[in-house]
Amino acid sequence: MPRRKLKLQHEVEELSILDVDGQVDTALEPALNHDELLRIYRAMVLTRELDDRMLKMQRQGRIGTFAPCRGQEATQIGYIYPMQKEDWVVPSYRAPGAQIWRGWHLEQILLFWNGYEEGARTPEGVNDLPVAIPVGSHPILAAGIGMGMKLQGTKQVVLTAFGDGSTSEGDVLEAFNFAGVYQAPVVFVCENNQYAISLPRAKQTRAETIAQKALAFGYDGIKVDGNDVLAMIVVTTEAVNKARRGDGPTLIEAFTYRMQMHTTADDPKKYRSDEEVKEWEKKCPLLRFEKYLINKKAADEKLLQEIHQDVIDEVQAGLERFEKCCVPQPDKLFDYTYAQLTPELQAQKEEFLAILAQRDSRNRKH
Amino acid sequence: MAELTMVKALNLALHQNMEADPRVIICGQDVGRDEGVFRVTEGLYNRFGESRVLDSPLAEAGIIATSIGMALYGLRPIAEIQFSGFIYQGFHQIEQHMARFRNRTRGRLTVPMVLRAPYGGGIRAVEHHSESKEAYWVHTPGLKVVIPSGPRAARALLHAAISDPDPVIFYEPKILYRAFREEVPDEPESWEIGKARIVRPGNDITLISYGSTMRVTQEAGDDLADLHNIDAEVIDLMTIKPMDTDTIVQSVRKTGRAVVIHEGHRTCGVGAEIIARLNEQAFDYLEAPIRRVTGYDIHFPYFSCEQVYLPDAERIVRGAMDTLNY
Ligand SMILES: Cc1ncc(C[n+]2csc(CCOP(=O)(O)OP(=O)(O)O)c2C)c(N)n1
Repeated sequence: MPRRKLKLQHEVEELSILDVDGQVDTALEPALNHDELLRIYRAMVLTRELDDRMLKMQRQGRIGTFAPCRGQEATQIGYIYPMQKEDWVVPSYRAPGAQIWRGWHLEQILLFWNGYEEGARTPEGVNDLPVAIPVGSHPILAAGIGMGMKLQGTKQVVLTAFGDGSTSEGDVLEAFNFAGVYQAPVVFVCENNQYAISLPRAKQTRAETIAQKALAFGYDGIKVDGNDVLAMIVVTTEAVNKARRGDGPTLIEAFTYRMQMHTTADDPKKYRSDEEVKEWEKKCPLLRFEKYLINKKAADEKLLQEIHQDVIDEVQAGLERFEKCCVPQPDKLFDYTYAQLTPELQAQKEEFLAILAQRDSRNRKH
Repeated sequence: MAELTMVKALNLALHQNMEADPRVIICGQDVGRDEGVFRVTEGLYNRFGESRVLDSPLAEAGIIATSIGMALYGLRPIAEIQFSGFIYQGFHQIEQHMARFRNRTRGRLTVPMVLRAPYGGGIRAVEHHSESKEAYWVHTPGLKVVIPSGPRAARALLHAAISDPDPVIFYEPKILYRAFREEVPDEPESWEIGKARIVRPGNDITLISYGSTMRVTQEAGDDLADLHNIDAEVIDLMTIKPMDTDTIVQSVRKTGRAVVIHEGHRTCGVGAEIIARLNEQAFDYLEAPIRRVTGYDIHFPYFSCEQVYLPDAERIVRGAMDTLNY
């Protein structure tokens, strides 16, 4: 038996359409009308505005620790854009803009990070799962959902998003494998924001790209400029269409940057330089898209301003709804453990409520 | 002697052990340059470098299993799981390999490693950052389970865990990481694993707890004295497995009454095992059924309700009074 080289196809595409100066590659530019472009822009601005407000609120103690997404607006709005209402999304915890696009209520994002279970209750009419805090534990659920779609012969697609660090978890590699083996209609999006808390991407995996990991599982991976919303839309649309046709999964690596701390409990100065952050500031996904909109005459400065104001009002209204919802509901704690409260849990619930009642009446006396 | 928080005390044990034994290495997420999300590994990366302080890829199974491998090979790994809620990503490695090598190989191969993880609630953290599921490990033969409740114990028990010939699960009550300071000797100090400690002697009732609920248990002991003139004996187990049965049995033979307290779920929790042992060895001395003041059998609530889930001094006093008025 000779010793020979197997010829494997080893290619990973890379795509960018809109550069940092807002110059577009017209050959690759997607055909989106002005209304669509403005809808996309508005969603990105909303993501940014919510993020900024949440950071302030966290610092004031009005919400708990959360994971800011500044810098990743184009990634999340780009990959969510092609998803249809009947499709499913298994989201990451760093993409509230994508969740709101799908129909989650703005106040739910805040409720989730402020310690209220209602923040994880998928709204009626939305097919998505809530965010998963255990890193990398959810993409394989998407693989299962995709397998279900395939078994039922629907034309639905499931998309799941996760960070670069997540790709080290065994469950994520199993997700890649199951989706490939069963040719499930899954779109995997790795939001490669260059860090998993303090660990830089280069120390997470020896592989040159994350996209190439798909090759080992028998399908395509593509690396995209994650700060380029047009490229994100083009690539995700292709992957969604492919999945819908029955041609199986795709892995998209969105190459982006986490402009803020990992969470509000983190101090990024310990592991990365200000210069690095400044370099990425130049690649801001919003600025380049604004230039594009203006060059294209889809908007002028005044319209962009109006959109900003409109978004500020929407976020403000959401925050006000949120504050009204911040009422702890201890009496509900036991009710969703099973379809029916078991007798032993019923007994514990009564014990618990009695303690609460006693405490309340004493507090009232004081 | 210096007054240290638990974080600093644990850090001291790590420094001294790494200094003393080149086989001791540290691995985990963000333990190196970032010095750990709670800063327990502060200064180690600078002192010992990246060959002994490993910033692991984001994979708990990998962290645990490669530590098992390094321990089998002769090193003394101390692996950190960033929050105990993520230890399940490596559950199978603990159950199928870490706990079993000594038995499977008839003592030929062993896994002398420490698996550290912060556990417990009360810090307004997001989902999966507040659980107390030590009972999983207590249920598994071959593992030791240590849970300190103060800086000095944390340091001395971590020291013992590192030199223990068997794998030790070391759960750190994160609510107490910086809650208070204690005198900690400069020289290395080691406390025997498997020994409980009477933190408040008394004659009327025994309160038994460990880890994160020790402070509220002590508070309850004081309240019982101040408000009800009851002289409670308070015991800190410190090691959950092997459990110091003698100390709790002796105490309950003396007091005739007991309440067990922990944050973990009630059903098959550590308290159930404590009560079973007391039933076996102190039954004739009991004046009343032993009460449990524990977490309920529900998922740990999101933090807006965590305070009503967690045992507090008031619930413990109530449990004690029920027992006393039986
Ligand atoms: C299974 C698991 N391990 C550890 C953690 C703690 N943790 C939270 S986020 C994070 C880093 C995640 O990095 P990445 O997947 O790149 O996503 P990013 O947060 O950068 O979006 C870690 C280690 C966790 N939540 N879940």
